[in-house]
Amino acid sequence: MEFWIVQALNGLSFGALLFLLASGLSLIFGLMRIVNISHGSYYLLGAYIGLSLVKATGNFLAAILGAVAVVGAIGVMMQRFFLARLYRQEQAQVLLTMGFAFMFADIALWLWGGDPQRIPTPGFVARSLAIGPVVFPAYRLLVIGVGMVVAVLLWLFQEKTRIGAMVRAAVDDQEMARGLGIDVNRIMTAMFLAGAALAAFGGVMGGPFLGVYPGLDFEVIPLAFAVVIIGGLGSLQGAVVGSLLVGLVDNFGKALFPEFSYFTLFIPMALVLAIWPTGLFGRR
Amino acid sequence: MRNGAWIRNVTVAGGVVVLLFLPHLIPAYYTHLLILTFIYGLMAMSLDLLMGYTGLTSFGHAAYFGAAAYAVGILTTRYHVHFSVAMLGGLIVAFMMALIFGLMATRATEVYFLIITLALGMGVWGLAYRWVSVTGGDNGLPGIPPPDLGLPWSLSDPVNMYYFVLTFFTLACFFLSRFVHSPFGLSLRGIRESESRMRVLGYHTWLHKYTVFVIAGTFSGLGGVLYAFYNRFVSPADVHITASAEAVLMVILGGAGTLFGPVLGAGLVVFLRNLISAYTRRWLLILGVTYVLVVMYAPGGVIGAMKGTFSRLRAKMIPTPVPGGHPQKVKLQRENPDEEVLTR
Repeated sequence: MEFWIVQALNGLSFGALLFLLASGLSLIFGLMRIVNISHGSYYLLGAYIGLSLVKATGNFLAAILGAVAVVGAIGVMMQRFFLARLYRQEQAQVLLTMGFAFMFADIALWLWGGDPQRIPTPGFVARSLAIGPVVFPAYRLLVIGVGMVVAVLLWLFQEKTRIGAMVRAAVDDQEMARGLGIDVNRIMTAMFLAGAALAAFGGVMGGPFLGVYPGLDFEVIPLAFAVVIIGGLGSLQGAVVGSLLVGLVDNFGKALFPEFSYFTLFIPMALVLAIWPTGLFGRR
Repeated sequence: MRNGAWIRNVTVAGGVVVLLFLPHLIPAYYTHLLILTFIYGLMAMSLDLLMGYTGLTSFGHAAYFGAAAYAVGILTTRYHVHFSVAMLGGLIVAFMMALIFGLMATRATEVYFLIITLALGMGVWGLAYRWVSVTGGDNGLPGIPPPDLGLPWSLSDPVNMYYFVLTFFTLACFFLSRFVHSPFGLSLRGIRESESRMRVLGYHTWLHKYTVFVIAGTFSGLGGVLYAFYNRFVSPADVHITASAEAVLMVILGGAGTLFGPVLGAGLVVFLRNLISAYTRRWLLILGVTYVLVVMYAPGGVIGAMKGTFSRLRAKMIPTPVPGGHPQKVKLQRENPDEEVLTR
């Protein structure tokens, strides 16, 4: 029983992390139809920048803010100077983000070296909590909490704020939104900023328990894709459900069938695809 | 037209003759690069069936290549089977995998197709990396023996290997060129231009896409089989997304929608990678920059760029036709043919 509870909590914390990654990916797709392969690189760069900042300042919060700011700026530049030039050329955009993903991967290897590293767990949660017979690291509970807060905030933003309404309008009908005087270009840049920042945030949050190492970017991006394939591209609820499902399946896969761990998660993906080709909450 | 076909046949025959004598004229190092070009050329050509001819960009094409290579590795090093059995086994594995993955991928369109193939490809990588008892994990499978033909010359000599690979490469080229010019191949181009119109015309478009997906996967597998025999080592890097992305780069660099283009692209990537590895370890960075440059400045690839320059030169040399003379051919191009069908 304890095994199942601990593994479920592990899965949930991993799911929360995946949500930070996949929600941005999904929202960017919903608005711009861009599948951003360098989203995994944002996660990796966020983790590495966070690592350096934690080492330099000893402050986890400063690491988060710094990583989010730098990676957010990278995302904005990519969108403004490159992706905006290939407007509506979906295939060219994907190829471009793939090229950037390789560049970021190699630059990260160059700057931070090839050894696996770990961001130290912030002091106040660097301990274990005992809930009845179950002992669980407090940090992972924090990650679950953060994931839930971000999900609620994103939902409130999308449904209850004026800018959120503008985003929804732009997602539904871009030309009509432009006609109504909504500056869609600026919304696109803002969404890219938000998506990149969320991924970098995820990178720093994941650093203490997943570690940071070369190749992590291309390891997480298929997981994020699995989330949006299951949940449906462009849907926030889909990202929530997909993240939880992928997080749990991946974690139980690792615990029960270590040799097939990475592969197990493609089974729910295949099942969902067989029944709903555009995901559980996908459009069309 | 007859004249064009004649010139084409002579060019192809001439090319084959040159390729037959080439390993005796060039240094051994270039023979090595040519073998790799043929092997990756097979992967790139088969990917182009999807990308260039059908309009489906797969980011997981190395999966079939790698799975076939792994099958050969496992069959030869663990079960010591005859090389022909190993070859057949590799092709069957690639074929079966394409059959299963194709069911998932071909139901989806454009972007979904791309991310599903990417995710499936990385799933295969996960299997190669973690299923240590079968695949050897990160250490890969070393010591794959070269095929023993039972003939006096040994395939551990690169020159003999060159002819072995060239034989399969030429056969595959012949088959693929017949394939893309067949009515079925033409239907694929129709699907690329407008799937909805093809459906209205009565074509079972899904079946066509699925069929070409399986054929492409199998030919990629043929490349993987030859790769395992030549390289004598298979590792997870061969199925990694980087390998799939290199295949995509070969196709766009050479020019999608032609058979020769991807082979040229494969040659460029192979030569570039080997040339650069002599000076720097930053291959990934250069791969990324090449990607960005090609997408931004040469979306038609090398062949596309050459065609563009050629037709511009020709336009300069031939005087513009006078009105009332030969009617000028007007090429109609629509941004999105589907859209028009839907609005009317």
